[in-house]
Formats: sequence, structure tokens, C-alpha cells
Amino acid sequence: MTGGVHDVQVPAGAQAQAIAELWHVLLPVCTVVFIAIVVALILALRRAPRITENAAPDVSSLWQGEPRIARVVWIAIGLSTFLLAVLLAASVFTDRALAQLPLADALHIELTGYQWWWEARYDDPDPSRLFVTANELHVPVGRPVIVTLVGADVIHSFWVPSLHGKKDLLPGRRQTISFRADRPGIYRGACAEYCGYQHAHMTLFVVADSANDYEYWAARQRAPAAAPTSDAAKRGHDVFLRRSCAMCHAIEGTSAQGRNAPNLTHVASRMTLGAGTLENTTANRAAWILDPQHFKPGANMPPQNLPPDEILALNAYLGTLE
Amino acid sequence: MSDGMTAGRLRAMWAQHALRERAGAVVGRGEGLFDGPGWGSKAAHALAKTWADKPGIRGFLKANDHKRTGKRFIVTAFLFFSAAGLLAALMRLQLAFPDGRIVGPDLYNQLFTMHGTTMMFIFAVPVMQAMGIYLVPLMIGTRNTAFPRMTACAYWLYLLGALTLWTGFATNTGADAGWFSYVPLAGPEYGTGKRVDIWNNLVNLTEAMGLMVAVDLATTILKMRAPGMSLRRMPVFVWATLVASIMIIFAMPSVMLAANLVQFDRTFATHFFNPAEGGDVLIWQHLFWFFGHPEVYFIFIPALGFVSTIIPTFARRPLFGHTAVVLSLIGTGFLAFGLWVHHMFATNLPELGKGFFTAMSMMIAIPTAVQIFCWIATLWTGRLHLRVPLLYVLAFFVILVLGGMTGIMVGAVPFDLQVHDTYFVVAHLHYVLLGGAVFPLFGAFFYWFPKVTGRLLDERLGRCEFWLFFVGFNVTFFPMHLLGLAGMPRRIYTYGVETGWGTLNLIATIGAVTIAVSMLLFVVNVARSRISGERAGDDPWGAPTLEWATRSPPPPFNFVALPVVASRVPLWAREADEPTHVSGLSAQTREGLVTTVLDALPDVRYSYPSPTIWPFIAAITVVLWLYWSNVTPSGMWYGLIPPAIAFIAWYWPTKKETAEQLLLQRRP
Repeated sequence: MTGGVHDVQVPAGAQAQAIAELWHVLLPVCTVVFIAIVVALILALRRAPRITENAAPDVSSLWQGEPRIARVVWIAIGLSTFLLAVLLAASVFTDRALAQLPLADALHIELTGYQWWWEARYDDPDPSRLFVTANELHVPVGRPVIVTLVGADVIHSFWVPSLHGKKDLLPGRRQTISFRADRPGIYRGACAEYCGYQHAHMTLFVVADSANDYEYWAARQRAPAAAPTSDAAKRGHDVFLRRSCAMCHAIEGTSAQGRNAPNLTHVASRMTLGAGTLENTTANRAAWILDPQHFKPGANMPPQNLPPDEILALNAYLGTLE
Repeated sequence: MSDGMTAGRLRAMWAQHALRERAGAVVGRGEGLFDGPGWGSKAAHALAKTWADKPGIRGFLKANDHKRTGKRFIVTAFLFFSAAGLLAALMRLQLAFPDGRIVGPDLYNQLFTMHGTTMMFIFAVPVMQAMGIYLVPLMIGTRNTAFPRMTACAYWLYLLGALTLWTGFATNTGADAGWFSYVPLAGPEYGTGKRVDIWNNLVNLTEAMGLMVAVDLATTILKMRAPGMSLRRMPVFVWATLVASIMIIFAMPSVMLAANLVQFDRTFATHFFNPAEGGDVLIWQHLFWFFGHPEVYFIFIPALGFVSTIIPTFARRPLFGHTAVVLSLIGTGFLAFGLWVHHMFATNLPELGKGFFTAMSMMIAIPTAVQIFCWIATLWTGRLHLRVPLLYVLAFFVILVLGGMTGIMVGAVPFDLQVHDTYFVVAHLHYVLLGGAVFPLFGAFFYWFPKVTGRLLDERLGRCEFWLFFVGFNVTFFPMHLLGLAGMPRRIYTYGVETGWGTLNLIATIGAVTIAVSMLLFVVNVARSRISGERAGDDPWGAPTLEWATRSPPPPFNFVALPVVASRVPLWAREADEPTHVSGLSAQTREGLVTTVLDALPDVRYSYPSPTIWPFIAAITVVLWLYWSNVTPSGMWYGLIPPAIAFIAWYWPTKKETAEQLLLQRRP
């Protein structure tokens, strides 16, 4: 199944890069402080004499100060405060770097989180060029992307570790996150805010393509679904519209306009089914349609009790939706 | 007021009380009896008769001796700690391999919700308060807490709340919205069924418990210290309990309010958190974390108190920088209220505000650093008696400092955006909560077990357990840092092979099993030592604080005569001409001495409430009221009648008690 990169320490975009640089400051400073404190503790343990019985306590410190050790403690406190100030400054500068991502000529995407899948609406000044897809974003390398985050039901969180930190999708509040992919590749993201039953299966892939490849992909996504040509596909098309599929799913270019589930206009072009639950193969698609609850218990799609020939036809039709 | 004046006033008081002992005034029934050595064993017998809880089931339900209540709290909290630990083990087994099929999403979501809720609400806060309930009166030299009935009632509320939550879990109605219970997931639309209602009830009950105990402890500490125990001589653990109690009083109302707003949304269809009707989902997070972050610190601060108590005893010297340590505790208490937003960096808050919370999150490391340096200085200049309690404290250093370092990392907004809600945070929070609170707590168990039971825990078993726990802990939680960096979110019930998270998860699970074995050893150790452990004597460690000045286990009245304190280490340093105790309190009624807040000068005598069944009944009626209101909204109003009756009966004075009080007032 499709892996995709998902590692904070393997940044592939400007924002994740800035955060990784902060990590490269935090990690050594904190490691050195940790080691210094442990070493001080070990030295204290080695230096102090051991006793085995309850010796008489030494209470002289109640009446006389301990200036030498106090000086060392003060120096240690001063040093810690200084290092904290350094880390605070590093954090603030990283924040500034994140806020200063150039956003000229940005790609606008509105991303809506549902229990438990993602809907992406690619914005365009020309309304006829809008298109909708699900669970998989394609973005051009080197061009900034502004994602508007919308929470449809409960709180979700958008997180693609190799591109940027996370941001929540809050019902009733819209907010944006901007990032830029600097290297082509497939980056795996996940919902990072616990959102109920199938929080575990709410994966989102971001595919960073060259500008040309992206334009090719976008042009295909804008096109309505191709009319079925083979007999099986034609039959599948009928099954889709006649059975319950069209109640929830939409296929542009047909009368199926359901908005409660992922848009299937170009479902065959996607890598996975069920928001990263299964690889998108013919066999998996059939199995998924028959019983989604087996793979993603609690998902909103009910099992489809269709005769085998209808399943085959339906699957053949969906396979043509590239 | 200067120390000289304090000592002078105390000497005068002592003379006065001694005089009264000779006069043998008549109080209540027949010949009056007063406490103190002047009356020989007669006084001890009379005190025991006066202060002991009655035997039998009624006596059990009526008990209000702080030691009994404290022990009940500790045992209950430990049982729930074990249960929640088993849930964690089950989660670890599920995650040991990719595509685990041991539990499904429904059960897994309940598992982590129950684990978090139990650990935070039913274990950590109560057990720290319970240590205070048991130890504070002994450490400050008094005979009970200020409001023992209220604390007894708090225990029953807590027990019933915890039992109903777990009954829900046992009947597949366990809460499943996370221990943080974010709306809208916990709201009426997405949190269907009674799961969240039960969770809200638990929050109401445990927070009421927390507030009641906090008020009791803060009052006890401020007003009932032994004569001469001015604030500057107060033991650090007592300071820690005071700071934690005051924090609880400010923090807990926030989450109670929030839980009830959610409950209103659920029961009466209000719209506090419904964005479609002008409500707001983020208000919950603010109210929850305004409690939730200080909560971490009022779990942590008593643990710091344990550390500051254990280290001087085993280093055979007073704590280095006592004043600095106390000021650090107070500073932590204040700063802890200024960083709740660092749980919300991924929401849409203004960037400048986030910068403030980053600065606060880093600043709170300073008071902890001050304490760590003072402890190292104490060890450096001491002579070390390396027993199990000290081992736990040394482990605390290593684990807590590592957890503190990752805490500084996640305090930085940009980095937190990456690791927030990932296993990196799971690792961090277990390093600070287990390392910062549970390791010192186990040290404290080993340290005070002989005081509570009169027997020592086995040292050899204790060392085995310690090493298994320490190694198991690191094997479990260290890999989680790496998992978080590798992109593993929290609260997922399964993951695919392609993610590459399998190996580290398997290692973590092996560590979790090791921890389970160490806990089993601890239980065996407690069970064996309770029956046949080495006898401890009054003071097995040669410790400096007052709880070691009485018998082990302490008698119901704690001290034959209230001690007088003239230094920070009363059992280590005493001047020859200082009085050792004050006496003259009635031995036939439950009398206590109220002292002044700053200098602990004897102020007035105080009559403790006697045991009664009403706190128990009141607790039951309150629990019934909550559940009644979950079933039908009208239960919210009609259900209030039984608690009203119970609370009135609780405060109804009896003729006998009133007569005794009047006599005591007339003839002091």
C-alpha cells in the first residue's frame, strides 16, 4: 500500500524546513542541559560519603550559610535562564519565518473535515474551473498553497509532517494554513485531533508534482466523468444511479449529486479507498463496496447487499473514472 | 513577629497550661481530664476513647479520623491506578503489531478515555490529596484535619463517582470522548448515549471531592499548626500541599462549570457549544485547560514535596535552600495558571498571544530548575543513606529532567505544531507525570509505609521492583518520542504496516509488560510486609519531621500532647530551654488548638466534629441526584430534595454536644 513520507525530520517544504531547523537548535541545547544535570547528580552521588545506618544529622547549615555551594547554584540558575531565553528567541524567529512565507500566486484549496474523510475544493476565480476531490491533494512543487480549513461536524486537525505543523478544522470557525512543497513526492498526512470512532483511518495524501504534471492532473479533475463505453461499465453506471450509491456520492456529469460522502468523479485516479484504509485496486474496491464495515468499522457507508453481477459491473464502471 | 517574642509567648502559654493541669478543672461528665504527660497513661486512655472511630459497619461508615480517610483514599486510588494500568497494557498489546485485531475502535476509544480519566481524575489528584490528608496533621502536630466530616463525605463522593464510571465501562457504556472530552464530539449531536453524561457526573463528583479536600487541607495548614511552627518553619511537603490546595480551589471550578455547560447542552438542549446557534467550540478548550494545565502542577507539586522530604532524611542534613525551594513551589503555582493555551496552539488563536504562552511555558522551567539545583546541592554536601525511597527520588531526577526538556521543546509554538497530538506528547506527558509524580509517590510509599503500618517494606524486593519499573518505564516511553517525530498521531486504534511504526511500538509494549511485572512485585511486597515485615519502630529513618515523633502506626489522637516547634527540623534540632509540648486540651471531648496563620501562636481552642453517618448519606443522595438528572431533566430539581435533607441533618446540632461545648466554654 502507498506509504508516503511522514516524518518531522524529513522536511520537504519551506515550513517544515523552518521547524526542522528549530528542532536542530532545541535538540542539542536540551541534550547538553540534560547531560549536565545528570552528570552533576552522578558527581554528587560519587562525592557524598555513604552511610549504612542512620547517622546523626548535620544541622550546622541551619545557623551558618553555605556561600560556596550557593554560588554554584546561582550560576546554574543564571545559565538555565539564559539558555531558556535563547530557546525562546529561536522559537520567536521560527514563528516569524513561518509567517513570512511568500504567498504570491498561491493555490487556494478549501479543505473540509468530515467523520472520517476529507473533502477538498480547488478554488478558482472562474467558477467553472472549480473542482472537488477527496482524501488526496495534488499541489505544484514550489508554488505556495493556502488551505482554508473547515470543520463540518467535530474538530479535526490537518497535519502533513513533511510539509508543515498541524492546524485544527474547527466547526464554526474558518482558518487557513499555508505551506509550500519544495520537492516532488507523496507526503502522508493524518487527522491529528481525536474525532471519534475511526480517527485512525482518516489519512490524507498530498502529492507534490511538477507544475506541468499538476496542471495535467487538475485539468483531468475539472472534466466531468467520462461516459461509460463498455457494456459492463454502462450496466455499472445504471447500478450506481439506481441503487443507493447516488444518495450519498456525486459523480459529475451524471445525475448522482450526493454530498454526504466523497465525490467519486475521478475515484479511480486516487491511491486509496476509505481515506487511506485500503489501496485502490479493483479487488479492494469490490470488497470495500460489499462490506466497508469490515475494513473501517463505524464508517458511515453501509454494506451493499448487491448481487455479484451488479458488484462486478459497478466496479468496472468505477474503474473507468480516472 | 520575631522568634524571640514567639518563644516568650509560648513559654507563657506553657506555664498557663501546666497550671491548669494541676488545677484539674471539672469538665462535662465528672472529673475533667486533660491531655499531656501530666496525667500519665490516664490521659492517653481517655484520648484514645475520645478519638477512636467506633467499631463495626456503622463505625466504618461514620469514620472521620484523617488517617482512616487518608488510607481509604490511597488504597482506592491505587486500585484504580492498577485498573487503569491494565487498560494501558491492553492498549499496548493492541498496538504491538501493525493492524492489531485484539480490540476494535469502540473498545479502544473507551480504553484510552478510561485510562486518562482514571489516571488524572481518580488516581493522581486524589492520591496526592490523600497523602496530604494522612500526613499533614501528623507533620504539623495536630489531631485531625479542620473539617474531617467534609473530607469523609468527599471520599464517598469520590468512591461512588469512580465506581459508576467503571460500572459504565463494564457495561459497554464507558466514556469514549477522550479524557479531555472535547465538544462537539462530547456534545449532544456526536456524543450520543449516556457515556458522556456519566463522564460529566464523574467530573462533578471528583472535582467536588477535590475542592472539599483542598479547603480542608488549606484550612488545616493555615490554622492548626503546632505552636511555634511559624510559616518559615513549616515542612516543605506541607508547603507543597498548601500551594496545591490553593491551586485546586482556583482551577477546579473551571472544569466543573464547563462540564455542566456541556451537560446543559445535553440535558436541556442549550447551545453553549453549538456554533450553528452562536455557541463556540473553543470555549470548552479554554475552560478545560484552564483547569487541565494547573492540574498537572497540583499533581506535580506534592510530589516535589515528597522529594524535598526524602532527600534531607537520607542525606542526613537539612534541605539546602529551604526558602528558595518554598518560593519556587509558590512561583510554580502562580505560573501554572499562565500556560493553559499551550494545549491549544493548533487552534486559531492570535500569534502574539501564542508567543506569550511560549514564554510562560519556558519560564515555568526556572522554579523547577531552582529546586533541582537545591536538591543536588543537598546530596552533594550530605552523607547518603541509599535506601529505596532515595532510589526513587534519583530516578525522578533523570526522568523528570528529560520530560522537562521535551516540555521546553513543546512549549515552542512552531515545534509544538509538529508534535502536538502525537506520540511525542504521549512520551513527554508520561515522563513528567510518571517520572515527576509517580516515581516520587512510590518513594513516598516506601518512606511512609512504616509510619502507616508499623512495618518496613522489604528492601530487596523494593530494589528489584525499582529497577524493573525504571528500566521498563524508559523502554516503554522513550521510543514514543521517535514515533511522534515519525508522524504517529495519538489515539489511533491501529496503524498499517506501511507506516513503519511497528518496531518501536513492539519495543514500547515490551517495556509496558516490564512495568506491569514491577507493579505486581510492589503489590506482593506490600501484602507480605503488611503481615510479616520487619518492625519499624517510631522513627526508622531518623527523620526530622513531627510525624516521626509519635507511634507507628499513630494512635487515633496522633499526639498525647501537641508538640511545640522551634526549628525547621524539630526532631533534629531543639534548644534546651524550649518547651517541648503544650497540654491542657480536654481529653474527653475532641478538642484542638487553633493557632495564628503566620507565627502559629496558640489562639483559640476548637471543637472537632464527631463521627456521623450523614456525610455518607449526603454523598449517596448527591450521586443519585446527578444520575436522576441524566435520566430526566426534572430530576435536576426534584433530585435536589434528598441532598437538602441530608445536609440539614448533617449540620443539626445534638443536645449532648451542645451541652459539652457550653461547659467547655464556661470552664476553660
